[in-house]
Amino acid sequence: MRAARVFYALAGLFALAVPLLGIYPVFMMKLLCFALFACAFNLLLGFSGMLSFGHAAFFGSAGYVTGWLATAHGWGTLPAILAGTAAAALLGLCIGGLAIRRRGIYFAMITMALAQLVYFVCLEAPFTGGENGLQGVPRGSLLGLMPLKSDVAMYYVVLAAFVGAFLFIRRIVSSPFGQILKAIRENEARAISLGYEINRYKLVAFVLSATLAGLAGSLKALVLGFATLSDVLQSNSGEVILMTLVGGTGTFFGPVAGAAVVVTLQEYLSDLVGGWVTVIIGAVFVACVLLFRRGIVGELAALRPRR
Amino acid sequence: MLGLVNGAFYAMLSLGLAVIFGLMRVVNFAHGAFYALGAFAALLGLQQLAIGYWAALVLAPLAVGVLGVAVERLLLRHLYRLDPLYGLLLTFGLALVIEGSLHQRFGSSGESYPVPAALQGVLDLGFMILPLYRAWVIVASVVVCFSTWFVIERTRLGATLRAATENAPLLQAFGVNVPLLVAATYGGGVALAALAGVLSAPVILVTPAMGSSLVVVVFAVVVIGGMGSILGSIVSGLALGVIEGFTKVIYPEASNIVVFVIMALVLIVRPAGLFGRD
Repeated sequence: MRAARVFYALAGLFALAVPLLGIYPVFMMKLLCFALFACAFNLLLGFSGMLSFGHAAFFGSAGYVTGWLATAHGWGTLPAILAGTAAAALLGLCIGGLAIRRRGIYFAMITMALAQLVYFVCLEAPFTGGENGLQGVPRGSLLGLMPLKSDVAMYYVVLAAFVGAFLFIRRIVSSPFGQILKAIRENEARAISLGYEINRYKLVAFVLSATLAGLAGSLKALVLGFATLSDVLQSNSGEVILMTLVGGTGTFFGPVAGAAVVVTLQEYLSDLVGGWVTVIIGAVFVACVLLFRRGIVGELAALRPRR
Repeated sequence: MLGLVNGAFYAMLSLGLAVIFGLMRVVNFAHGAFYALGAFAALLGLQQLAIGYWAALVLAPLAVGVLGVAVERLLLRHLYRLDPLYGLLLTFGLALVIEGSLHQRFGSSGESYPVPAALQGVLDLGFMILPLYRAWVIVASVVVCFSTWFVIERTRLGATLRAATENAPLLQAFGVNVPLLVAATYGGGVALAALAGVLSAPVILVTPAMGSSLVVVVFAVVVIGGMGSILGSIVSGLALGVIEGFTKVIYPEASNIVVFVIMALVLIVRPAGLFGRD
């Protein structure tokens, strides 16, 4: 436990010092957004045992709602983020309500198909800008007090949101509710026989995960100033799975590490190898599934001798 | 009628998925990629080696089938004792590799494949005019689908296959080489996808992304039909293609999403799927 505390303290210090270290803040913000997205996804896969193949729908549509309200209707930053997150929660309620009717691979296929439905809606809907997406989303200011135009100010807002969400997920998982989710993941039949309404628990977990994914999407739309179709695309759902898998499913810090690895790879590899990135990502996927299913953090934890 | 052509492809792909899933408990995400690979194999054969359409119809699925056997032996084999979700993830990665490679080799704009000389022209049905090639696609895929069904449900080989689905260790104890059977099934399943790819090449533009957009629709078809039943996947594939075709005429904006909407409705009414036993 002590090692973990030292690690978190170091990670926190590093995160606070990023603007001083000369690391490009926009890159770090993007990384944090995806890390939050992966943590939200992990809440579902890692701690509740449901593999959603459609999380991009929540991430992307929240970005669209936030971007649309901030651009076309001049909403403030905070209300726009909250509205985007709420939209993702609502969408999560609809998709989750349908998907939890089936389990395992069917669950994965249903979420994927419904996310594709969302994609086509985003493609056709009048307010999304179709193929071009929404451009020039203004960052605005925090409660009218702090302008967020500077990357450093925005960075600390994103960091605060990320840390808040991260602690929230930890709290959920260690709560009695989280324990019941784990019980459902391990043995659904037994959880039912103990008298738990498992579908209600699953739905709540799904909506929570969708909401946090939406928060990540809203933040990303503000950080980068645009919301495009690529956020709702199926490949984005795949990437978040990869991040979680690379980092370590069912660990707290795994998704963060995985997001860092995948985002960095994409950022630098796309300069080096161009279009081969997709092939490399695919190969990493195959390698992860075959060789280290526990992910980076999971493998490290397994190395440590048990006391 | 246009819808029936799409339905024919849905049926062939969901049939392959159902056969693979039935025996291996693997949801083959790479199915769309193998479908695209079949079309590109035909295209490449025509351009580089002057292999005609009819030869490609046999050779491309054969080549892709061999590749499928290799994939099963080298990769998928290691996952059988694990959660089926890992199979889905592995084949997802595989699909990215295949599609990315096709993208690098051929670019994203796509190429067209000429309609073979023997099947050019149209068929006058009285109430409508049908291009001969489309009629051929429908007939060919229906024949392929039902012969697959016949092999699995009515022959000795099919009986062995179904026995492997029920209880593989017992079948192995009877002296049947189950690993070989599994590898052959996966090869056969993806060969079916490649055959659909070759058949579709002259109808649509051959692009690397042609499979990934299709595979999600096919997944929805499979959820609707229930993956347990071979006949169910054929029938629901054809029916959904027709419904999609009608939607295209009546309300074109919804044609992309109608299959997903139907899937949502089926999930509400009959969660196990129309032909499913869950």
